[in-house]
Amino acid sequence: MIYVLLFWEFFKIGLLAIGGGLVTVPFLFELSDKYGWFSHQKLADMIAISESTPGPLGVNMATYAGFNAAGIWGGIIATIGLTLPSLVVIVWVSKMLFRFRDNCYVQTGFYAIRPAVVALILGASVQLFNLAVVNVLTAILGVAFFAAVHFVKLHPIVYILLGAAVGIVLEL
Amino acid sequence: MKLLWQLFFSFFKVGMFTFGGGYAMIPLLQAELVDRRKWISESDLMDYFSIGQCTPGIIAVNVATFCGYKMKAKTGAVAATFGIIAPSMILIMLIASVLRNFLDNPYVVHAFAGIRIVVVALIAETLVSFWKKGIRDKTGLGIFVVSFGLLLGLKVSPAVIVLLAVAFGVVLQKRRCK
Repeated sequence: MIYVLLFWEFFKIGLLAIGGGLVTVPFLFELSDKYGWFSHQKLADMIAISESTPGPLGVNMATYAGFNAAGIWGGIIATIGLTLPSLVVIVWVSKMLFRFRDNCYVQTGFYAIRPAVVALILGASVQLFNLAVVNVLTAILGVAFFAAVHFVKLHPIVYILLGAAVGIVLEL
Repeated sequence: MKLLWQLFFSFFKVGMFTFGGGYAMIPLLQAELVDRRKWISESDLMDYFSIGQCTPGIIAVNVATFCGYKMKAKTGAVAATFGIIAPSMILIMLIASVLRNFLDNPYVVHAFAGIRIVVVALIAETLVSFWKKGIRDKTGLGIFVVSFGLLLGLKVSPAVIVLLAVAFGVVLQKRRCK
């Protein structure tokens, strides 16, 4: 029974949460109040862990919340519930998009959207910058990493592992 | 069948190494899908991302579904989507059950501090190439400036900004698509 509830509640979140992963947070607070699957304190921990582990934030939160509510199957079912609306909606949107791709109206729409997306990414990077670059050392590392990324084109995973190693060695 | 496994593993990789939410995955998607596999173009990626921003669901999942669908219709969409969520499910359940004080470990804290700096550098590089692809004239520059002002100045939600850009595009269409 709890599995059906979990599936249904996370399906609704997947359908209604439009935008980034943090949009799911208010929905999770509501679940906490409604069913008592996890406390507010636990929810705060979940956000911290979801933000600092790999993977999309919203997916991490769904797995964590489902796991806390009903073990491994709870984690799996909540995550599938969250993902299903995306799958259905995007498959439908893709169908339309690939059919009308070369249409002048669709082209002009994307022409207008792309600069807005660049602005959104810049906005997100300003926030990430403030979290990451906190003193002179981290600023120097930031410049060094950017130079490395810009001039030596390796796979991002290489730089991420390098960053983890530098972080541990310099005790950042 | 081979393509489905490739889709799954490419997105598994992206999910495994995305630290810090949907935006942080763009450089990985660019390296994996655009440069390495050549499945989609840079403009495709920008378009999927903007649509993913204002359709229901988690942006990362939306982008994965898009790419998967483009490569192999519905089965491709399912393979890519499972790829991107699988690392989260495995890691989070491990942390929740076994590694309870994961975040208190000093090595983990230092490693994440280093990773965050790299993520900023990677996104900066993505911005440079997206800027060249996405902003081609003064109108584009204007849309960029207004969007950025709305986002940081007035704290307008990203989904609303994308929809406003679409509305502006509709106005432009009257001139361009005759």
